[in-house]
Amino acid sequence: MNKKHRIGTGILTVIILCMILLSGCGSGGSDKTQKTQKNAAAVGQPKDNTQAIQDIKQAEKIFNALPSPLESAMLMKSAGAKFDRKFLNPVDNAKNYTTQSSQALNLGIFTCDLSFASLYDQTQLIIDYMNAAKKMADGLGILDAINQSTIDELEENINNTEVIMKIVSETFLNSNSYLADNDQPAIASIVLVGGWMEGLYIATQIVDEKDFNGNKLVGRIIDQKLSIDVLQNLLNSNKENPAIEALIIQMNKLKTVFDKITIKTKPIKTEIDKTTNTTILKSEVTTDMSLATFKELTSVVAEIRGTFVK
Amino acid sequence: MRIIRIISVLTLFIAIATLNVEAQCKTFAKSECLPKLNPYTHDGNYHAAVLVEGEEAELYKTFYSDMDYRLAIVGESKLQHVEFKILDENKNIIYSNKDNNYAETWDFKLENSKQLKLVVKVPQFSKPGDTPVSGCVAIMFGFKLKK
Repeated sequence: MNKKHRIGTGILTVIILCMILLSGCGSGGSDKTQKTQKNAAAVGQPKDNTQAIQDIKQAEKIFNALPSPLESAMLMKSAGAKFDRKFLNPVDNAKNYTTQSSQALNLGIFTCDLSFASLYDQTQLIIDYMNAAKKMADGLGILDAINQSTIDELEENINNTEVIMKIVSETFLNSNSYLADNDQPAIASIVLVGGWMEGLYIATQIVDEKDFNGNKLVGRIIDQKLSIDVLQNLLNSNKENPAIEALIIQMNKLKTVFDKITIKTKPIKTEIDKTTNTTILKSEVTTDMSLATFKELTSVVAEIRGTFVK
Repeated sequence: MRIIRIISVLTLFIAIATLNVEAQCKTFAKSECLPKLNPYTHDGNYHAAVLVEGEEAELYKTFYSDMDYRLAIVGESKLQHVEFKILDENKNIIYSNKDNNYAETWDFKLENSKQLKLVVKVPQFSKPGDTPVSGCVAIMFGFKLKK
């Protein structure tokens, strides 16, 4: 191989890699596009443009979307959960989180606690939890996700739940879009897992076992079984990160409990509400979770969450 | 030495270009997709990707019976249309925006909580031999408590 040819090959390889890289604009999800990039890089062979474009077309992006902390908090409120601050992670714990994974987990946890406090008009707690979430975001190097103007805006609108929810939503969007754009999908996944686990922890703690049957909040807890495979896929797509590896083991344990819950569904029929132009998805669903399984779930969730907040 | 210099410069170019495209995608999602959720509350999650003509993306998410939802999917104007379909666990199509003039939003609610699959596709529109067009596609969810 002569020198000119080698230079040409090098440049062509870099150009192809450039094209493939430009095709991906990340967000928390497993990603066959990334696999395509890795394959091309691993092979290290120059390809012509047609082949590179074909690779991109065959690639497929997969997003595994967990409920956000705000959505989890909203679900608890809609199910009639009563606010109790003893179930939240105390803001004083924020100083204990110095590693990237503990900061990511607790960014999700504090954002869920913040959302929960917001929905119940806990004015001082809203400010405290926003500051705790800011500390975690700052620790992760997420620039300006939560800045002083966010805190000021929060204080100015402290009695306006709608505006507070909008601020919480914006700050969470700033954080996870920053992580996605800076090629940190694993950290973005850990944040989501933290938020989801906190919602599940609070919900399982709030349920009064004497009021188990027919409890709407129990129904919402059962619904989380629908997200466990999404959560596992999300983690598996980032399993090269050592912190994710540990989470996978914990979530596998959680899944074994969720597997004891049955959810049977019939096909969906759709109907359109013409006054609101809303599609209504109708389907029959039967679910079953015994009190023993609920107790086991509560215990496993508390054990895992305990490792997150320690 | 010369090869190393060329590769270093191109690598730097790639890094800057990639970050720039991704930052543009985030800005696009916030400025063009987020407002379409109004009056629903955005859940705070971020899903956006640069898709090439003919490329598909999939999203899996659980939706709850207590909520009213709005899905907004917006692509850059150079992509012409973005198609999306909602499928249930048996791969039955629940909704397709192709049958609704490529609507960018879909409002829905569920009688019972379900995990649904969303398939997003940028249809092919360039002539054979032309360089395929790519652009940012943002997917966002808004919710409000069911009335």
